[in-house]
Amino acid sequence: MQVELRGIAKRFPGVIANHDVDLTIRAGAVHALIGENGAGKSTLMKILYGVQGADDGTIVVDGRERHFSSPTDAIEAGIGMVFQHFMLADNLTVLENIVLGAEKMHGIGEKARGRVREISAEFGFDIDPDVRVAELGVAARQRVEILKVLYRGARLIILDEPTAVLVPQEVEVLFANLRELVASGCSVLFISHKLDEVLQIADDITVMRRGTTVGTADPATATRQQLAELMVGAELPSPELSADTVTDTPVLSLRSISLVDDTGRTLLADLDLTIHRGEIVGIAGVEGNGQTELVEVIMGMRRATEGSIVLAEEDITRLSVRKVRERGVGFIPEDRHRHGVVLDFSLWENRILGHQTTAPAVRGPLLSPGGARRDAERIIDAYDVRTPSVHTTARALSGGNQQKFIVGREMSGDPILLLASHPTRGVDVGAQAAIWDHIRRARQEGLGVLLISADLDELIGLSDRLEVILRGHFTAQLDPREVTAQELGTAMTGGAA
Amino acid sequence: MSQLVRRVTQMVTYSIVPTLVAIAAALLATAAIVWISGAPVGGFLEAMLSVPGQRDLVIIVNQASMIALSAFAAAICFRMNIFNIGVEGQYIIGACAGAFFAGSGIVPGPLNILATLVVAMLAGMAWAMIAAVLNVTRGVSEVISAIMLNYVALTLAGYLVKTYGSKSGYTFTTGTIPPSSQPLGFGIFSGAPDVWALSILAVIVAVGYSFLLGWTRFGFDLRTAGESRTAALANGINPKKMVLITMAISGAIAGLVWMPSFFGSTHTFGIPEYFQRGLGFTGLAVALLGRNTSLGIFFGATLFAFLSTQSNRLQSVGVGRDVVEITQGVVVLMVVIAFEISRRVKARREQESVARELGATSEGVRA
Ligand SMILES: Nc1ncnc2c1ncn2[C@@H]1O[C@H](COP(=O)(O)OP(=O)(O)OP(=O)(O)O)[C@@H](O)[C@H]1O
Ligand SMILES: [Mg+2]
Repeated sequence: MQVELRGIAKRFPGVIANHDVDLTIRAGAVHALIGENGAGKSTLMKILYGVQGADDGTIVVDGRERHFSSPTDAIEAGIGMVFQHFMLADNLTVLENIVLGAEKMHGIGEKARGRVREISAEFGFDIDPDVRVAELGVAARQRVEILKVLYRGARLIILDEPTAVLVPQEVEVLFANLRELVASGCSVLFISHKLDEVLQIADDITVMRRGTTVGTADPATATRQQLAELMVGAELPSPELSADTVTDTPVLSLRSISLVDDTGRTLLADLDLTIHRGEIVGIAGVEGNGQTELVEVIMGMRRATEGSIVLAEEDITRLSVRKVRERGVGFIPEDRHRHGVVLDFSLWENRILGHQTTAPAVRGPLLSPGGARRDAERIIDAYDVRTPSVHTTARALSGGNQQKFIVGREMSGDPILLLASHPTRGVDVGAQAAIWDHIRRARQEGLGVLLISADLDELIGLSDRLEVILRGHFTAQLDPREVTAQELGTAMTGGAA
Repeated sequence: MSQLVRRVTQMVTYSIVPTLVAIAAALLATAAIVWISGAPVGGFLEAMLSVPGQRDLVIIVNQASMIALSAFAAAICFRMNIFNIGVEGQYIIGACAGAFFAGSGIVPGPLNILATLVVAMLAGMAWAMIAAVLNVTRGVSEVISAIMLNYVALTLAGYLVKTYGSKSGYTFTTGTIPPSSQPLGFGIFSGAPDVWALSILAVIVAVGYSFLLGWTRFGFDLRTAGESRTAALANGINPKKMVLITMAISGAIAGLVWMPSFFGSTHTFGIPEYFQRGLGFTGLAVALLGRNTSLGIFFGATLFAFLSTQSNRLQSVGVGRDVVEITQGVVVLMVVIAFEISRRVKARREQESVARELGATSEGVRA
């Protein structure tokens, strides 16, 4: 199936998200769409999937002009999309999630189950239709989402930053699946900020800048450097540490931290960890091995079952989130929509979030809108957040720009400790370099950082020390100056380092 | 200056016009129902649209003050994303406790008024806390428990008055407020009764409400928890604690709802004769109508009070007065629809103006 977009335009208050966009997706090809944060990639995909209407332009599917006023229309035409934020119901099984809303296709019984098995086998998805989604990891959930659109007969599958949440091994599996898909004649359109992956998987590459398509590249001949220049006109960053700034003053010490959940499952097992002033400690692990819980325990969002946490000589084991934050802990959460911002608050209000008790956002028990606005403006400048104004809601920002704003906010007020989960998830290569610079500079001034990332280059390049976490245990300590991404990957999945 | 002009024009186009359209539509819808039922439509419209006399104006202001108080009690919970359908029960309890206290004359003179208000607020708060605590500790839906508590409140108040009150005609009542504790009203028209002194409570609560939500840290926490419990949790706000505090404030405001009438005219409490029921539910509707803003709530409360008062004239033209409840219901619906439409129109216009301003240049992102 061949899909053409011609002259697409989309305007939002204060922003032209798309204009004069031309794009042709060939049948049986993986088409990568790249571009800096806010370039208009997600908007374009939403238009193609009928989530948003275009103000201008046409969509042509197999030579026929089509109008999509809702995703239902797009699915009808054979176009399916997997959003970056999965939309699965945790308490339902895979099969139930898949047939939900598509009961007319093959019913909800044996026939449907058979069809799910069939698709799963055909493309090597390895998905059991009867397990509950709650029990699946991120990568498997993503496959369920893809299965869901295939089940509905999609011939073009749109994936918005599918690899942002995956570790390298999982990316390999996903790419193998995608290869199977295109081999069977489907097309794939996907967005990524990771240029290596783009070069590895794509058959065609289109680059967007400032709302429009500015060029194409041939993955056979292009280099990362060229792509980066096409995208942002900037040099490729490398996450290399400058001088060693590690001191021997501890900022954070965990002593035998354990966490057992209500069902008796051990999530964290007897963890000891010390982070010093000026030190970045990276936690390497496949998602779901206790990283989330570790951060939540330090932040005070969950209580450790055993053990103690000391922050700059003060026991904070039993302190509330607010108290912990007041002691100078910055927190970049892994799920920005659930924890990082209030989507319907303006940016200046979001500047206050998490900092409700510290200047310049508040004055005593009162808010200080002026102070919050000015500081939000400072963040917008310093972190190059692309937005019309501080009065824009967080929802209206592109994913990467939301992330940049959160990082900027959590770095303000000179924290002594930063808990950073995937700090550059979803940001473009230029912005990634800028964020790394900010973190390094703060580290020089004594910031301690706990870094969790699925991006192994980031982990190796930024950390002073690496701990590998597996099923809630620290299983290995590695020196980032010596370890390779390959070795790290093996250690993370439980092989010998 | 031109900024001010622009904001006023915007308010007229996107708030006032849609509201007027919604009201007109609601009146027409009711007229249609009147017509279908075979009653005189002309009479209906004439009665509803006639200019209220001085006496009616006073009634409208008095009623509006109580409706507004009730709406603020509902609105603060709406902002926290909880549905306090229990305002009804909370204000019954508040009224009952306040009336017993005031009638007893424990505190002499004008101080009695202040003390009674405190008692009424505490009683309303206590009643609200039952639903709140059940919700926070046991996960019981605040809607279900509050509905049941509304019935319990009514029965309980009736029982208390019967047991500890005195008989007056066919009903039992609490003791009357001592004359030294009865405030003077605001005499606005010489020929008409006074506007109740404590209707001023609605203004005080409105100012407090706007200030609390818009300008304080606590208000920010409340709105955050209302928008996203997960974001609240990750940013140092305990959603459970916020539920408790919000319900407590809501219950306290609810406790005040009937106080203007109590001190202004009734001076005693007894169901059904010396009490006005149903204000809790009216308040919910008005909070919706007013989109939880102070100005909106005042407007909605006045509109509801106006419609009820005008409906008194309907009998004389041969239409049942209950028909205004249809108008009130439809108005709420219509306002919701009208605001959604005007929001879309506004977004579209903004997009067009962006397109015009930037038309030639292709600089998209930093417009
Ligand atoms: N609902 C909206 N309302 C207003 N503006 C919006 C809305 N959605 C997107 N925009 C704006 O449109 C522009 C393009 O956003 P889009 O999400 O398409 O970017 P993107 O290329 O996907 O970026 P990222 O790499 O950060 O995800 C941005 O400037 C964004 O602020
Ligand atoms: Mg995007």
